[in-house]
Amino acid sequence: MQAPSSTAGNAIVRIGNRQALRDPLWLRCALIGVAVGFIVLFLCLPLGLVLYQAFAKGWQAYFQALSEPDTVAALRLTLIVALATVPLNTIFGIAAAWAITRFEFPGKSLLTTLIDLPFSVSPVISGLIFVLLFGSQGWFGPWLSAHQIKIMFATPGIILVTVFVTFPFVARELIPLMQEMGNEEEEAALSLGAGGWKTFFLITLPNIKWALLYGVLLCNARAMGEFGAVSVVSGHIRGLTDTLPLHVEVSYNDYDAVGAFASASILAGLAVVTLVLKSFLEWKAR
Amino acid sequence: MTQSSIMPGFRPALAFTLGYLTLIVLIPLSSLLFTSLQLDWNEYLDIMIDRRVLAAFRISFLTSLAASVIAGLFGFVIAWVMVRYPFAGKRVLDALIDLPFALPTAVAGVVLATIYQPGGIVGKWLIDNFGLQVAYTPLGIVVALIFIGIPFVVRTIEPVLQEFDTTMEEAAACLGASRLQVFAKIILPNLFPAVLTGVSLAFARGIGEYGSVIFIAGNLPYVSEIAPLLIVIKLEQYQYAGATSIAFSMLIVSFLLLLGLNLLQRRLRKRSGQI
Repeated sequence: MQAPSSTAGNAIVRIGNRQALRDPLWLRCALIGVAVGFIVLFLCLPLGLVLYQAFAKGWQAYFQALSEPDTVAALRLTLIVALATVPLNTIFGIAAAWAITRFEFPGKSLLTTLIDLPFSVSPVISGLIFVLLFGSQGWFGPWLSAHQIKIMFATPGIILVTVFVTFPFVARELIPLMQEMGNEEEEAALSLGAGGWKTFFLITLPNIKWALLYGVLLCNARAMGEFGAVSVVSGHIRGLTDTLPLHVEVSYNDYDAVGAFASASILAGLAVVTLVLKSFLEWKAR
Repeated sequence: MTQSSIMPGFRPALAFTLGYLTLIVLIPLSSLLFTSLQLDWNEYLDIMIDRRVLAAFRISFLTSLAASVIAGLFGFVIAWVMVRYPFAGKRVLDALIDLPFALPTAVAGVVLATIYQPGGIVGKWLIDNFGLQVAYTPLGIVVALIFIGIPFVVRTIEPVLQEFDTTMEEAAACLGASRLQVFAKIILPNLFPAVLTGVSLAFARGIGEYGSVIFIAGNLPYVSEIAPLLIVIKLEQYQYAGATSIAFSMLIVSFLLLLGLNLLQRRLRKRSGQI
């Protein structure tokens, strides 16, 4: 028999040490090799290459690329879009999770399905539907141009598609958690005389804060990183309606590798922060 | 309805949820539906049987299918290794699986194109050793879609594998089954629905994927031009009917795909007696 591993208590190790479940050593090594090789080639390499390309011509070129007016404008627009989108979808996520997990009503499962709908729509189609609504030939197009309101090829259009694309993120993280939590604690607080808001802020919010934070972070990452839907409605006006991902595209197509990857490095950094926080939350939940 | 009357805020929460959902999701999506219904049937057919449109759909389908099957194979191995084998650095690698979810598609697109272009790190190696060009061919699309699809497969299989009842494997082993027999007769049939779900999710996502594909694809009409790109091209030429027809067909396809998957899963579950 194998000697018990020093990290006993870990379920995975226990499975590994049960004779009947043990795969031959060569097979284990081969499979681990395949898995690690795949992850290194397909996931680590791209992530590392973003940094390598961004700093290929040194720190100075990197910061110079980032301080170019078009890059700064793109970064500012990206932040504005995220600042408008994330709070809206966060409030929605909390309200939807509260209604769905704390009450019984007919059509609940249909509502849950509809909330997930934007996930199954191609980014390009997400952009297209807003063109059909607000474009010059769209439903509201003539009315909007008569009143001098610009939605397409302007910031409002970009915000609208981003809200659509990131719609389910917060609700999706909260609904399963609040379902599992049950509402005994909230009922106790309410029956002891606490008001609705007080109960929410003192009981519910502390219980869901990590999942809420993760949902907000995912929503934010996608809001800052959305490409397909935004590129359909943005019109690609440099320094005006280019978000950071669109700026990556424009710089790349201009053969400005440092510029493209400098902007990309900000977005990649955001992705890494999201992944680290996710691991942290999973570790905390354990 | 058994509902605790003590919980407050039902009406405002539900009203806000429904109002916001209608405004942001339902009305915009219905614009596609109604615009499609206004199209003339013959016009729609003319657009859809155009050679370039058919070619784009064929490319989107075949590359997504190939990528999701490959992602399914590797995803299965990765999920297996992550759940069953202890090894150093596993936590970090496991966290990295979600990278394609978190990395903006445009970033993935430019970085994959840089790696696989003829002068890139992997691209040069492949051309020198195998004469295989990946970037700017349908193969490049497959690579991008494998990248996008892998977390769908791994994250669908992992929880099922974690819950897997290992006593079944032990029983089979006690009755004299070899490890290979246990895998073929016990493990694979039980994990198959999860594998199928993961592969289908990757496939559905792959058909609609845009940002990570267009940089590496080269976008040659009839060769490496995907259906979503054709929507963008039609929109840029103000051909709204064309863009809407393609989008509508894509939505129908993904709807049928999800429906088929649901039915298949129900049948598989019934057969294995879990209902």
